[in-house]
Amino acid sequence: MEPYLKMVNVSKTFPGVRALRDVSLEVARGEVLALIGENGAGKSTLMKVLTGVYRPDNSPDTKIIIDGFEISIESPTHARSRGISIIYQELATVSNLTVAENIFLAREPLTKLGLIDHKTINRCSRELLDSLNMDINLKSLVGELSLGQQMMVEIAKAISYDAKILVMDEPTASLSYKETVTLMNLIRDMKAKGIGIIYISHRLEEIFEIADRVTILRDGVSVGTLPVAEATKEILVRKMVDRDLLDIFVKNESFTQSEVILKAENIRNIKRKNELGGVQLQNISFELRRGEILGFSGLVGSGRTETMELLFGMHPYKGDIYLSGKKLHMKSPRDAIDAGIGFATEDRKQLGLVLDMTVRENISLPSLESISNMQLVNKTKEREICKRHVDTLSIKTPSTEQATINLSGGNQQKVVLAKWLQLAPRVLIVDEPTRGIDIGAKAEVHSLLTELASKGVAIILVSSELSEILAMSDRIIVLREGAIAGEFTQQEATQDKIIACAFGSGEIIGKAV
Amino acid sequence: MKKDISEDLGKSGRGALKSFFVKLASIRELTVFAVVLALGFGIALFSPYFLRLNNIMSIVRTLSTTTIMAIGMTMVIITGGIDLSVGSVLGLAGMFTAMSFSHNYPPILCVMLGLSAGLVCGFINGLLITAVNLPPFIATLGTMSICRGLIYVITRGNPLTPALADGYKFIGQGYIGVVPMPVVIMLILVVAFQFCMKQTRFGRYVYALGGNEQASRLSGVKTKRVKLQVYTIAGFLSAIAGVILYARMTSAEAAAGLGEEMNVIAATVIGGASMSGGSGSVIGALIGAVLIGVIKNGMVLLNINSYAQQAVTGIVILLAVGIDMFRQKKD
Ligand SMILES: Nc1ncnc2c1ncn2[C@@H]1O[C@H](COP(=O)(O)OP(=O)(O)OP(=O)(O)O)[C@@H](O)[C@H]1O
Ligand SMILES: [Mg+2]
Repeated sequence: MEPYLKMVNVSKTFPGVRALRDVSLEVARGEVLALIGENGAGKSTLMKVLTGVYRPDNSPDTKIIIDGFEISIESPTHARSRGISIIYQELATVSNLTVAENIFLAREPLTKLGLIDHKTINRCSRELLDSLNMDINLKSLVGELSLGQQMMVEIAKAISYDAKILVMDEPTASLSYKETVTLMNLIRDMKAKGIGIIYISHRLEEIFEIADRVTILRDGVSVGTLPVAEATKEILVRKMVDRDLLDIFVKNESFTQSEVILKAENIRNIKRKNELGGVQLQNISFELRRGEILGFSGLVGSGRTETMELLFGMHPYKGDIYLSGKKLHMKSPRDAIDAGIGFATEDRKQLGLVLDMTVRENISLPSLESISNMQLVNKTKEREICKRHVDTLSIKTPSTEQATINLSGGNQQKVVLAKWLQLAPRVLIVDEPTRGIDIGAKAEVHSLLTELASKGVAIILVSSELSEILAMSDRIIVLREGAIAGEFTQQEATQDKIIACAFGSGEIIGKAV
Repeated sequence: MKKDISEDLGKSGRGALKSFFVKLASIRELTVFAVVLALGFGIALFSPYFLRLNNIMSIVRTLSTTTIMAIGMTMVIITGGIDLSVGSVLGLAGMFTAMSFSHNYPPILCVMLGLSAGLVCGFINGLLITAVNLPPFIATLGTMSICRGLIYVITRGNPLTPALADGYKFIGQGYIGVVPMPVVIMLILVVAFQFCMKQTRFGRYVYALGGNEQASRLSGVKTKRVKLQVYTIAGFLSAIAGVILYARMTSAEAAAGLGEEMNVIAATVIGGASMSGGSGSVIGALIGAVLIGVIKNGMVLLNINSYAQQAVTGIVILLAVGIDMFRQKKD
C-alpha cells in the first residue's frame, strides 16, 4: 500500500544548531510508526515540521507528500485540515471548559439564533467518545479530570477533526500505569480504524508492545527504519546511542545504617492545593538517614508530590520536621534551601525553569549566593560551574548561553537536576527525575544519585516507574490517599507487593504501618 | 531572543564580522538607537538648529527626569508589574521638598524629606502588592490618586515658591562643563542601575522573578522581598526626579508630573521591556526616552502642531513594539 504520509529529506537549522539533516520517514494508514532517539536527537522538531509549527530549511530535495500530493505545510491549522494532528506532552486543553466544549472549541455549531448549540455539541461528543470507548463525563470540567483523561479528550478532539495521521509526543511520560494501559488499547482501536500513528517515547517496552515499525534518529540524522518484529532492545539502543549501554542501573552496594538526617512527624497540609484537585495528607511520619535513598511510590494523586512540597517549605503545614535533630520552621523554599534541602520538581516548565533565561542562569539560581562576592555575581566562576554540569550530565546545548526554552524536553530536565546538584544539599528530593530522559541519560542520572548517596547525601526519590523505584531505593514507602500505606526494605520489595499496597486491594504484605 | 548590549558586545569580539553585525541587529537597544540616529539626521536636514549643542543639551535635560523614573519602571516591568504612581510621586516629592524649604529647614534635610516621601510611597506600593496581594495595576492606580489628591489638599492647588538655597538650585539648573546637572545625575543612575541589573544577584533575581515567579520562588528567590525592594526603588527614583524638577522650576506645581507615567512607560517599552515580564534593560529605557525626546523636539522645530505630538508619540510606541513582536515571531 502506498504510504499516506511521506517526508523526504527534511532538514531544519536553528541558530547554532543543526536539528535535522535529510531525515525521511513514511507512515501508512493503520500503522504505528515509533520514532525514537536520544534527548535532542530531533524527534520533536521533526514533528513540529510535519505539523506546520516550523518550516523546514529550503532545499529542492525536501518533500512532504500526503495522500499522493506534494504539499508545503503552512501552519498547524493547515496541517490539521490535511488530516494531521498532534498531541503534545503539554496538553492544550482549556481547563475551565467542559469536555464537550473543549472538543468543539472554536468551531461550535450554532442554533438559528446564533447561540451555541449545546445539544448538538453534547450529542456529537457522546457519539465520538462512545466510538472510542472512552468513559468520560461530557459535562465535567476538563480541569477536574486526571491527566490521562485529559489526554483522552485531546485524542478525541484530534479524531473529530478527521485525523488520518496522529502524532503523539511522549504521551505516557506523565500517565499512571493504568492510564498507560488504557492508552495502548485506544491506540489499537485507532489503528483498526485506519489511522496512522507516529509514536514518540523513551520507553522501549511500549514500542515493542504497540509499534509496527520504528525509525531511529541520532543527532538529527535518521539512522534507519526497521520492523519492530526484527528489532531487539540491544539493536535499538546501539542505533540510538552508537555505543553499548549498561542496562538499567541497579544499586548494588547496600546501605548501612547511619544517623537520621531528616525526620517528619505527623506532617499534613493545612489546606488542599485547590478546590478541584489536591490531596489531604494524613499524619505522615518517616525518617531518612544519611546516604540512604528512600523511594516514594503510589498512584498518581496519592499525595507524593504534596508531601515533598511540605518538606520543602512550599505550603504551611501541621506537624514537625527535624533536620539533624533540629526542628525546622520553614516558611518558604528559601528556608528549606538554607537548611540544606533541595527539591528537583517534576513539572519543569512551570516550576523547574525560568524558560527565557539561559542554561547558565538557571543552573546557578539556587546557589547564586555562593557564586557571588557580596552582591556581585562572579560570572567567570558561574560559567565554569555550568560547563562542568553540562559536560557531566551531557546536556545537549550549543552553549551555556542558550535560553532553556530552546532545549529539548529531556535536556531541560537535566538542567533542572544540574541546578540542584550544584547546590549540594544534605537532603535531595527528586520528583520523577528521569521523566522524558533517554535511556542513556537515565542510567547516568541513576548512577549520579547513587554516587551522591554514597557521599552521604540523603535522597528521596519519587517515581511512578516501579522498576526505577525498585532498582534504586534502599527503602520504599508507599502512599495511598494521602496516608502511608506500607513500607518495604529493598529485600522485601517486589513489584506485586508495591502495586497491591498502592491500590489497597488484597492484603498488604510487608511491614504495614 | 532579546539580549542586552553589555553582555553581547563582550562575547562576540572574536566572531566573524558578519555574524557580529547580525547579532548587533538582533539587540533591541541598538535597533532603537539606530532609529534615533536616523530620525536625528532627518530632523537636522530640515532644521540645522537641531544639532546645536544647546538644543541637544536642552533635549537631554528635559528627558533626564523621565529617564530616571524609567529606570525604576523598567525594573518594575521586568518583574511583570506596572507602577502608575510615578508621576504623582514625583509631584509629591517636589511638594514635600518645597514645604520643607518654606519651614526654613537646612537644604540637605529638605532634599532628604522629599526623597523619603517617594521612598515611603514606593514601599506602600510594594506592601499593597506583596502583603495585600493587590494586582500592581490596581494598587498603583490607587496610590496614584491618593498622592495627587494629597498634593491638592495640602496646597489647595496653588504652587509653592519658597526661597531656595543656591546649592539646591544647582541640582536642577547647574552645569558640569557643558553638561546640565540633571543629565549628570541621570547618567550616574543609568550606569549604576544597568550594572546592578546585569552584574548583581539582586538584578538576576529581578529578571528570574519576572520570567517565572513560581520557579524562582522554588529556587530560593525571596520573591516578595525582591518585589517590595523593586517598588520601593521605583518610588525613590521618582522622588529623585521630583527633587530635580523642583530645583529646575523653583516652583512646586500641584500638577507637576501629571500624566508623566505614560511617557515613562512608553520609554520603557520602546527600550525593549516586555509587559509580560522577564526582559528589558535600563540602557534601553534611556534610549527609549531619548527617542521620545528627539521626536518631541523635532516636532517643535518643524512647527508641527503641539496637539499632534501626543498622537505621534503613540504611533511611535506602536511601531517600535509592533516591529519587535513581528521580528521575534519570524525567528
Ligand atoms: N527553537 C529552537 N531554537 C534552537 N534550538 C532548538 C529549538 N528547538 C529545538 N532545538 C534544538 O534542536 C535539537 C533537537 O531538539 P528536539 O526537541 O527535536 O529533540 P527531541 O528528540 O525531541 O529530544 P527529547 O527526547 O529530549 O524531547 C536540540 O539540540 C535542541 O536544542
Ligand atoms: Mg521532544
